[in-house]
Amino acid sequence: MRLGELERAVMDVLWDRRTPLTVREVAESLHDRELAYTTVMTVLDRLAGKGMVERERAGRAWSYRPAASREAYIAQLMLDALDLAGERDAALVRFARSVSGTEADVLRAALAEEAADGKS
Amino acid sequence: MVYAVHFAGAVMACYLTAQVLTRSTWTYRAPRVAIVCWQALGLALGLSAIGLPLSMGLAPYGTNVSTALGRLVRGDLPPGFGLVHALQIAAALGVAGVLLGTTVTCGLRAIRAQRRHRELLNLVGRDDPAAPGALVLDHPSAAAYCLPGMRPQVVVSAGTLSLLDRAQLAAVLSHERAHADERHDLVLLPFTGLCRALPWAGWVEAARERVSLLVEMRADDKARQLHADGQLAGALLRFATAPSRVTPAGALGIADTELDARVRRLLTTGRPPRVRGALALAVTLTLVALPVSLFLS
Repeated sequence: MRLGELERAVMDVLWDRRTPLTVREVAESLHDRELAYTTVMTVLDRLAGKGMVERERAGRAWSYRPAASREAYIAQLMLDALDLAGERDAALVRFARSVSGTEADVLRAALAEEAADGKS
Repeated sequence: MVYAVHFAGAVMACYLTAQVLTRSTWTYRAPRVAIVCWQALGLALGLSAIGLPLSMGLAPYGTNVSTALGRLVRGDLPPGFGLVHALQIAAALGVAGVLLGTTVTCGLRAIRAQRRHRELLNLVGRDDPAAPGALVLDHPSAAAYCLPGMRPQVVVSAGTLSLLDRAQLAAVLSHERAHADERHDLVLLPFTGLCRALPWAGWVEAARERVSLLVEMRADDKARQLHADGQLAGALLRFATAPSRVTPAGALGIADTELDARVRRLLTTGRPPRVRGALALAVTLTLVALPVSLFLS
């Protein structure tokens, strides 16, 4: 299985379970894929490195949770017009022209809400 | 000094040609030819803009640019070479540095943004039998775009899937694949760089917008070769009237520039403007040859 697919599978587990999970718990959720414990640990490490998951101490093990919801990532992708290609100004104009103002507001509000949730 | 006059003439000719090309509408019927013309024009303008101050600074040598440059590098200064000349040569290096620098910076920025975009896509995009070869984002807004790169990825949103019928969607996917196949992101890169280098020059911005429209039209043409007439036009119209649509910049999207012109040309079949296309090619290629020959002769 490709690394990208593994990352995705691990994120799906974290998103679906809605609670911080240890490496072992993630590996157990993916038992049908017969992944080694160390493989799951590597994938979680990579995801943490990219800022996709956050980890905290839970007793002697680390537990992991998604840094943001699936919906927030989708909203980010949809909003990428704001910071891609190094043409921030042009991108903003283009975005405003192709999306109704309320739609952009809704997307931004969703992201802001997400950020607030992450902190609390 | 004669070289400087020639370079100044070349800069002027590039500017005037850009003005004409920005206003021409025959380009809509031959977007590929027009894109080549714009690339040549951009190159010619860059070379001439570097050559102008350089030839002024090297004027005391009284010889051609490459020979004079060779002597300068060897430390051979002619009589009458003063601070003004040194500053002019420095200005030429500055122009070259800014032009190259902004283009490279824009390219790197785009690559970074694309990498991040790709990583997120990898986590939340899904395959869907309704959109073969594309990733689907579960979002109600209508979006269709191509993430360019070595491994390009076409992406559509769930909103697009519900907005278009099967044939229209196929035409849109072909349009986005054409962007990826022909690396339209690289076609646009030098113009984006130029816009950043000269943010106060409205005509450069106008040129960039024109090239990005031509790139969309070129992708429309590629899609039209593969699908029944009217499918793409129908898709464009639905996009135009959709409550919202999102097109990430740096990714090439459908339905964001001058929709009207695109739809109208899709509904008519005009003859390709061979004479004007050939003329424009001849002019712009001559404009490239001019500074090159001035550097070398």
